[in-house]
Amino acid sequence: MAMSLAFHIIFAVMGIGMPLLMVLAERQWIRTRQPVWLDLAKRWSKGTAILFAVGAVSGTVLSFELGLLWPTFMEYAGPIIGMPFSLEGFAFFTEAIFLGVYLYGWTRLSARAHWWAGVAVAVSGTVSGVFVVFANAWMNSPTGFTMADGKPVAVDPIAAMLNPAAIPQAVHMTLAAFATTGFAVAGIHAWMLRKDRSSPFHRAALTVALWVAVPSALLQVVSGDLSAKFVAQSQPVKLAALEGHFRTARGAALRIGGLPDEATRETRYALEIPKALSFLAFGDFDAEVKGLEEWPEEDWPPVAVTHVAFQIMVGLGSLMALAAAWVLLLWVRRRAPADAPRLLTLLALLTPAGFIAVEAGWVVTEVGRQPWIIQGVMRTPDAVTPMPGLVVPFIAFTLLYLFLGVIVAWLLWSQIIRTRSA
Amino acid sequence: MPEPLLPHLLAGATMLALNAYVVLGGADFGAGVWDLLATGPRKEAQRDTIAHGIGPIWEANHVWIILVVVLLFTCFPAVYATLSVALHIPLVLMLIGIVLRGSAFTFRAYDSTDSPVQRWWGRIFSITSTVTPFVLGLSVGALVSGALEVPATATFAERFVAPWLTPFALALGAFTLAIFAFLAAVYLTIEAETQALQEDFRRRALAAAAAVAVCAIATLLAGRETVSQLTDALFTRRLALPLQLVTAVAALTAIAALWTRRYHLARAAAVLQVSGIVWGWALVQYPWMVPGVHSITSAAAPEVTLRLVSYGLVGGTLVLVPSLWFLFRLFKGDHRSAFERVDTAEYRSSTDTESGDPR
Repeated sequence: MAMSLAFHIIFAVMGIGMPLLMVLAERQWIRTRQPVWLDLAKRWSKGTAILFAVGAVSGTVLSFELGLLWPTFMEYAGPIIGMPFSLEGFAFFTEAIFLGVYLYGWTRLSARAHWWAGVAVAVSGTVSGVFVVFANAWMNSPTGFTMADGKPVAVDPIAAMLNPAAIPQAVHMTLAAFATTGFAVAGIHAWMLRKDRSSPFHRAALTVALWVAVPSALLQVVSGDLSAKFVAQSQPVKLAALEGHFRTARGAALRIGGLPDEATRETRYALEIPKALSFLAFGDFDAEVKGLEEWPEEDWPPVAVTHVAFQIMVGLGSLMALAAAWVLLLWVRRRAPADAPRLLTLLALLTPAGFIAVEAGWVVTEVGRQPWIIQGVMRTPDAVTPMPGLVVPFIAFTLLYLFLGVIVAWLLWSQIIRTRSA
Repeated sequence: MPEPLLPHLLAGATMLALNAYVVLGGADFGAGVWDLLATGPRKEAQRDTIAHGIGPIWEANHVWIILVVVLLFTCFPAVYATLSVALHIPLVLMLIGIVLRGSAFTFRAYDSTDSPVQRWWGRIFSITSTVTPFVLGLSVGALVSGALEVPATATFAERFVAPWLTPFALALGAFTLAIFAFLAAVYLTIEAETQALQEDFRRRALAAAAAVAVCAIATLLAGRETVSQLTDALFTRRLALPLQLVTAVAALTAIAALWTRRYHLARAAAVLQVSGIVWGWALVQYPWMVPGVHSITSAAAPEVTLRLVSYGLVGGTLVLVPSLWFLFRLFKGDHRSAFERVDTAEYRSSTDTESGDPR
């Protein structure tokens, strides 16, 4: 399951981001009628097609795997959080339909109608992502039901869907999807531009990718801050684990880097900024931040993993925001980012940054919630299937996904990114 | 005593989505079977017809199964949990099939570099297209036969293998495969661009019809012992007779229309026939969702969830139906004057089966 999700999240992220790039490129084609934009839109639509197909089938696997691996969880949570999944189903349906229209309809539709089909793909893709994140957010802040005799009663699916974590998490994830795709595409083309500065194809691709990457990476800083404040309120154990914060303190320090040691209850090798954690989490330099010592060890998430993953996510996010600010500066000065060699190098280096940050962020929210599958309600081992020998399907799916990942990467490279030597 | 309406409505909607998946997605699998069995001088032309026929629509068709799963775990979570524990092994196999098939088809379509690799993708696509429906039928067979009622103390083999490794389930697997192949061949007679290709698919459709008949008899024979109560129901329930009749007439019409080369009629009849079979299955099991374990009412989620999901369904349908109509009109409509008429016939046939919904 973890493997399927880790794989699916990459495709989902690209699946949300790519249609936007594709639609922006086609709009440029409609406006300027320069063939380079059409070429770009067509190539990106191919990329979208490949990613969507693999995303769709890996998503199918997930919808079954929820039950195959967590039957108890689903029996319990299905009625409560099924609502966003049902809506997601329809959004996904719309996306599939209009992607078919878009991909095979270049010659059958007017340019304008075709463009709108692309917009429908981009919008429904984003919406379906939002719904899925709503369901995940519920696992972090379960609302919309009360417990009686170990069973959920007074179920309110709307309240569950619009749980307090839903909006912050959905905004964070959507921005992450755009930033990740934008930086990945920008990075690849920046790398190509370092060799061939004049290629109109790569210049066009870089421009569109940055339109998406820059605003989302900058907004993500704000959204990340809001998310952290929310976690501080609703899941203080998670916050403590994120920060490797063992002892309750007023004016707590923010740790950058470092390795928490659960045995000695210390986080070593970290750069500490006095009082900063209290300020970031609660907006007050002297606020009390509860340490892990407040909770019994059986309720701790794996501290080291959570802390390190969080550091990776925040670190890469900050780097991307810095790069975005640099691009913004160039834009203000009316200079093309493609003519700034050092920026191109940075962008090329940041190509995988978004993916790594997304995976790290996913580890943060999932591992940080352990030992609970539903925060404070159900523990993970209680939810798992009674089926023995789960390692067999796990290995099978892992191999399958690795294989698919390699093929997809190779196809994207050979069919879309590489330019003809013209 | 009136049964609670809402669970039945949603069970019906789930069944309708499954019906759509079988009629649309099933044919995509069937097309893969004909890709595997492509022979003769027009081998490559057959494969091209198949690829063009399913290219724009297979992803939309595929979403029906996701809708089924989502409705199941939202509205009937206990059923979903039971199925996914007992049928873990076949479902995993089916998923691997679905993943490989969809990916291979897309990779083949977008990889224009060299043909050996393409052929390789084609091979994977067609083989998984063949295996997956078989496993799907197998799972349904295990469900229908009531074999999922196993105590948790049973051994691994009793609990996770025995329910689906029965002659009945195997026969139903073969039956499903034959039905999907039949549907696909019938649709492809209309997709075919030349007379010769059309004849190829016509012969295939007739052969598949024969295979369907053989498999149906085998399934009934194999099921006589294990699921006698259920087969009884197939003949004694109040609505059973009309439904049987409609299915049989549709089947004969489909074959006769193929014989006389009236392909649009054949398509409408085939859709009606297969829908009749799907609803026949529903009727046989009614009111059980998992025979002996969960009934429609006992497994239903809280009323508020059901109500909200049904609103969601209505809203979703309002978006979905025009979009789907647009998609099919765009790719299945032009240069085929007779299409509009058949499309309405298809629509009518699916509403017919809906009103044949056992209550």
